[in-house]
Parts: sequence; structure tokens; C-alpha cells
Amino acid sequence: MKTNTLILHTAALFIMPLQLMFSLFLLLRGHDEPGGGFIGGLVAASAFVLYAFAFGSTATRRILRVDPRDLLSAGLLFALASTLPAFLAGQPMLTAHWWELPLPGDTYLKLSTVLIFDIGVYAAVLGTIMTFVINLMESEE
Amino acid sequence: MLLAVLSGFLLAMAVPALHRMTGKYIGWALALLPASLTVYFASLIPAVQANGSLLIEYAWLPGLDITLNFLVDGLSLVFALLISGIGTFILIYSGSYLAGHKYLARFFVLMLSFMASMFGLVLSDNLVTLFVFWELTSITSYLLIGFNHEDMEARKSALQGLFVTVAGGLALMAGLILLAIMSGSYSLSEILSSDMALHEHAFYTAAVICILAGTFTKSAQVPFHFWLPNAMAAPTPVSAFLHSATMVKAGIYLMARLNPSLGEGELWSQALMLFGAATMLTGAYLAFSSTGIKKVLAYSTIMALGTLTMLIGVGTELALTAFICFLVAHSLYKGALFMIAGALDHETGTKDITVMGGLRKAMPVTAAIACLAALSQAGLPPLFGFIAKELLFESLLESPIWSAGLTIATVLAAMLLVGVAGLVAIKPFFGKSGNTPKKPHEAPFGMLIGPAVLSVTALVFGLVPFLPEAALLQAAIGSVNGAAVETNLALWHGVNKPLMLSVISLLLGWGLLASWNRLRSPLNAINTSTARFGPEAGYFKFMEGITIIAAWQTRVLQNGVLGLYLLILVAVTFGLTGYTLLTQHGINLTLDLADSHFYEWGIALLLVAAATFSSTTHSRLGSVASMGVLGFGVALTFILFSAPDLGITQLLVETLTVILLVLFKLPEFGNLSSPFERYRDLAVAIFAGMVMTLVILAALDVQYFESISSYYIENSATLAYGRNIVNVILVDFRALDTLGEIFVLSLAALGVLSMIKLKAEDQHKP
Repeated sequence: MKTNTLILHTAALFIMPLQLMFSLFLLLRGHDEPGGGFIGGLVAASAFVLYAFAFGSTATRRILRVDPRDLLSAGLLFALASTLPAFLAGQPMLTAHWWELPLPGDTYLKLSTVLIFDIGVYAAVLGTIMTFVINLMESEE
Repeated sequence: MLLAVLSGFLLAMAVPALHRMTGKYIGWALALLPASLTVYFASLIPAVQANGSLLIEYAWLPGLDITLNFLVDGLSLVFALLISGIGTFILIYSGSYLAGHKYLARFFVLMLSFMASMFGLVLSDNLVTLFVFWELTSITSYLLIGFNHEDMEARKSALQGLFVTVAGGLALMAGLILLAIMSGSYSLSEILSSDMALHEHAFYTAAVICILAGTFTKSAQVPFHFWLPNAMAAPTPVSAFLHSATMVKAGIYLMARLNPSLGEGELWSQALMLFGAATMLTGAYLAFSSTGIKKVLAYSTIMALGTLTMLIGVGTELALTAFICFLVAHSLYKGALFMIAGALDHETGTKDITVMGGLRKAMPVTAAIACLAALSQAGLPPLFGFIAKELLFESLLESPIWSAGLTIATVLAAMLLVGVAGLVAIKPFFGKSGNTPKKPHEAPFGMLIGPAVLSVTALVFGLVPFLPEAALLQAAIGSVNGAAVETNLALWHGVNKPLMLSVISLLLGWGLLASWNRLRSPLNAINTSTARFGPEAGYFKFMEGITIIAAWQTRVLQNGVLGLYLLILVAVTFGLTGYTLLTQHGINLTLDLADSHFYEWGIALLLVAAATFSSTTHSRLGSVASMGVLGFGVALTFILFSAPDLGITQLLVETLTVILLVLFKLPEFGNLSSPFERYRDLAVAIFAGMVMTLVILAALDVQYFESISSYYIENSATLAYGRNIVNVILVDFRALDTLGEIFVLSLAALGVLSMIKLKAEDQHKP
């Protein structure tokens, strides 16, 4: 299914990058402010869904670059990978590890296994919804 | 140690890449791993000799009392060495047996994963991790039996093996949990070192039955033995490794492992002796009456498994000595014979013994190795099999109960086994030339080195039995017994009763072998006519029954009418909730509305209006849209009560749902239900709403537990470095839940995907 209205096409091209950036913003701020991997994944999914409605499933597959199923498994792998540092350190599963990277200007970048885990959630959510949508669209065609 | 156990899985991941690099030498390359593991495990021997056992600990999920501890003692080292030692040669052998196979890489991935699971099984100290590895071996075995997945027979056999062993695995899980409740620990080393009298515990009978159900299915004891011969549909290296030397011995391992704790009860010892002896006889008889070389070997494996079980049941120090010796002897000769069988099949193109003959001229080396291994199987000096058999007879003669019966049964089995050894080593290689589909020639080096090394090991162990005894066997016997045992293995014991029994069984066995051709057709007739009543027929009846029940309950409960599913779900859930509320708590109707705001009333009215409209309208679009309004109303409520994360999530999900529902082609609005059905549905809906309201009122009323939210509020910034409590809970405090949820989410996605694809395939069919 694909709609041929000029307004939707133009709007999709403008809105989608904003949505994707917003989704990353939500993902990264999630630990301190409302947001997180789940919400970020949903926003990213809605961006791609919008694109899919404007340009069809083939075009969406093209800009996704990977099969949504692979996104799904990548998400799960990320989540599992976040358990490895604790495993190697001999701590209980999913014990969080934090690394602070000093940045110029007296600030620090907080990196953590929690973030890796959240990225996994993000990808899994995005992958799930895109699997639904793209395959549903293809079955309609 | 952790690396030793998991290295198989890691290497398995690298196989496809290695395969491209090493080409046809992949078998040799991969064999380096088990070879080095053999060295590693052997290097642990001195420590075990000094301390009795080693416990290597890794905490994994301490909250659930699940650890990755490894228990290294004599018994687990014997098994680990058998797995790694035989595994080395099996991998070399596979590379040559399956040379050029298009799924060779896949095969090695599975083999290595299996090997790693097997290490985990025999080295785990924790019952839960042991069970996980146990199930992993069942699954890898399933995939390996069904390796030739284009063959219907292989698929069926794989499924049968899986059903039988996994059904037993479920029972085993229950049994292990009971064991843990009885002994108060999930750790094998703690269970084994506690001096509690487990056999006097109320759960003892139940635990033993459950555990034995698991070990008997895994180790193919009567009446579950039928899956093992069928598993011979697997490529021969798999049969040699999984279905004779290692996996089927997992059940034996667990029984030997738990023997010090559970062996004092009569139920344990008598059940093991009875089932073991029955399995031994059945296996020996069926082995002798089969004609396919792999079937012969499979049934003789069943015979060996029965003997091992029986010996654990007898449980005297002598019996356990015989147990360990027989275990090692059997793994050596059976691994070798299976590889020989594979070589025969590979070079002659048939598995049928009746058409083989005189092959010693074409395959002299194979013939020599086969004879050596078969001598050990038949229990002739100076092979290790002889020592094992002498010990077997001796221990049965001194068994505290049922000595005469067990001895006679074993002599019969030994006699049949001599015949079987002849079938495998003499029939194909001597006598007049057979008419084989392929012109036979000598097997390649990669396929001969394994059986040669194993047979020669059996010979060396037979000539100098004190070497393996001092190194490891004594420690292993001690761990099965629960206390150290003085042993004295020797090839020659003088002329005594066991020797006489050996001679008798040899002579009778030779006679049987000579008349094999004449006995074949009557035996065949008997087997066909009794097959209808055998356990395998029972298995098929059982599976049919399950299918019928499944079809019935699907027709009744899962008939595809979505409304019915919802009705049942809602009615049952709220019926039970309402009942509990009424009986446990009582109904409370007081509600204080004083501090409510006008906009909250507004949202509530909006929700009610939207719900009513969506269920009464006749327009599809209207219904979907008002569902959306409902969802947004709920999101607003979340935001009002300061849960912005929930609100955002709800908003996004609603948006996506409405868009999807509006834009995809749903069926037209039809009137499918009668007025009665609609009023029934309405009644259930109103009932559910009322129960929910009462539950909420009750929840406002009392607080059974102190709220946990204050803990999160205090600790989220200090412990987890995050100020957004909701997210901290999701990704840190309760990350395991989230991990589970995203797995569920992914499974749901794959489920939907397969439904869509199946539907698409259906439509494309004419």
C-alpha cells in the first residue's frame, strides 16, 4: 500500500529525520529524563511507518538497509552483550558497569552496560514493529 | 574451567569462517580443541588425586541460587576425558566421512555445541545448570539425528528421540527440584557431602521416580529403548559419539553421581537392578537378531547401558569398580566399532551385514582394528573388556540380593554379546566374498586413526590395568561410592568362578554365531509379530492420542472466533479475581471524591463516551477512531498522575495502532452475532468492569506490603546513576524482566511473521 499524495510525501521527508533524531535523543536522555529505549524505539518505528505509508514497503526496506528481523536479533544480541562485562568480572548477571570518558571542557561522557542494554531494547522494539508493518504491507500487495 | 566448558560453543561460532580457511582439513583443525581439552583435563588429575574433588565457582544468578560452579572429581573427569578424547577422533573422522558434504560446516557447529553441552553436563555442580546442559544435549542430538533433513525417516526418528528424552527431561526437572527441597541445596557437592538420610524423607519415592524417568529415557532403558536404534538415522560419527559413547551415558552419569545420596533406599537399588537387567537382556537379544550393522551396534549399546544401570543398582564396592571399568571399556570399543561400521558403510555402500563378506582382503587395516575392538567387546584377554567382564561376573556373584538371577541374565547377555561381536568383526571380513553395491577398498587414514587409537588404548589398559586405575579409575569409583575404595585390577585372577562363566558364555556365543544364518528367519518372524505390542507401538498410540485430544480441544476452545477467546479469557480471569476478592477481602464501597478536579471528571466522561461509542457504532472507521480516543484518554490520565514515561508510551502505541488499523484493509463491518450473544457479551463486560472497580477500591483501602517505590526513589540516583526511576527500573533494577520481555516481543514478531507468510503461501496455492 502506498499513497500518492504530494503533501504526505513532502511531509514524510521533512518529518522523518526529525523523528529519528528525536528518537535517539529520547534513547540517550532516558536515564535521567522521560525517555528510554522503549519509547525511543517506538518513535523511530513511527518514523519508518510514516515513510512506509508515503513510499511503500520496498522503499522502506531500502532505507532501513537491514531486514527488520535482523534488527530484532541485533537488539537481542546487544541486550545479551550488556551482560558480558558482569560475567567476565564474576559478578551477578546484569550488574551494571559504568565508564566515564573525560571530554574537553571539563565534562564527562557516561557510558554504561545499561546504555548498551537500552540500545538493545530500542532495536528490538523497532525491529518488532517494522517486522509487523513491512510484512503486513507486503501481504496486502 | 569456564573457558574449557564454553570453548566448544565459541569455536562453533567460528566454524563457517574456519571451514573456508581450512577446506577439507577442517576436521583435523577442529580436533585440536578437544585434543587440547584432553590435555587440560588430564592435567587436573593430580589435583583430584590429592584433594578428592575440586570445586570451581562462578556466581551467575545468585538471586535465584543459580551458579556456574564446576565439580571436578574422579567421576566427572572420567567422563570429561572420554568426551574430549573420543571427541578428538570423532571430529577427525567426521571430516573424512562427510568430506564434501554441503552442510559440513553446519554439522561441525552442531557437533561442537553438543560436545560443549556434554562437558557442561558432566562438570556442573549446580542442579539447575546441569539440567540446562542436559536439555541442550537433547536438542543438539535432535538436530544431529535429523541432520539429513531431506530424509523423512531421519526427521521422524529425530522427533521421536526428542520427544522421549525431553519428556523424560521434564520429569527429571521435577525430580531435581524435589531433590533440592529434600536436601536443602541445589549444589551437588553440598548434597553429596551432607549426611542426611534422604531415603527416609517423605519426598524420596517421588524424587527417585522422577529422576529415574529422566535418566531411563536418556539412557535408553526398557521400555524407552526404542528411540536409540531409530537414532541411527544420523550420520555415523554422530551415532559413534552421541549415541554410544557420550550422550546416552548422561543418564548413567547422573545415576552414578547421585548414587551416594539416593542409593541407600531399596526403591533405588531394586529399580536399577530390575530395569537394568531387563534392558541388558532385551538389548543383547535384539542386537543378535538384527542385520543392519548400525542397528546391531545400537542394540548392543542398549545392552551395555542396561548392564551399567544394573551395576549401580547392585551398589557394592566391587559392582561400582565393575561399573567404571565397563563404562570405560564400552566407550573405547563401541566408539571404535561404530567408526568401523561407518567405514564399512562408506566403502561398501551398504549397512546390511548379510551381503558383506570376505572384506579383509580389500580392507586389511579396517579388519584388524575391527577384530581388536570386537575382542574387547566379547570380553577376551588381554583386552580391557575382559577385565571389565570378569569384574562384572564377580560382583554379581557377590551381589547382596538376586545374585543368582542377575548372574544367569548376565551370562545370557554375555553369550549374545559374543555372538554380536562376531557379527561385527567376523561376518563382514571373513568367509566368502559378499556382493556389495560399491567395490570395496581401504578406508582413508582419517577414518582409521580414531578406531585404531581407541582399540589400542583398550589393549594397553588391558595389559597394564594398574596405570589407568592409579591415575583416575580409583578416584572415579570412590566418587560413585561416596567413599574411597581399594581396588586391585589385574588381567589374570587365576581359575575361578568368573573365569568359568566367561568360558561358558564364550563357547555358547561361538555356537550362536555359527548358527546365525539359520536362526535369522525364525527370530525375524518373532520380532515382527511381537512388535505390535512393543513399547514403540505404545509410543505411536500415545502420540496419536495426543493429536486427537489436541484436535478436539482446538475445535472447542480455539475455533478461530476471536470474540470467544476474549469472552473466555475475561470471564475466567475476572471470575477468579472476583471470587478471591469476595472470599479473602470483602467488598468495600466507600469512596472519597473530595479531592478530585473537574478535568479529571472530564477525562473520565470522555473515556466512558469513547468506549460506548466504539462498541455501538456501525462504522469501522468510527470504531477505530474512538478506540484511539480511549487510548489517548488513558495516556492523559497517566500524565496527570505524574507518569510521563507511561503516558508517552501509551500515546505512541495508540498512534501506531490507530494508523495501522485505519490504513490496513480490515473486513467490512458485518453483523455476525445473535442478540443473545451480544447481551451475553455485554453482561460479561459489565461484570469485568465491576470486578475491576471493586479491586481498585479494595486496593485503595488496604496495603498488604510496604510500597517498594520509596526504595527506588532513594536508590535510583545513588546506585544506578539515573534520575528517571521508571527507566532505571526497566534497564537496571529489573533488567532481567526487560530482557525476558524483549525476547517475548521478538518471538511475537516472528509468530506474526510466520502467520503472514503462511497465509500468503496458502493464497498462492491453486
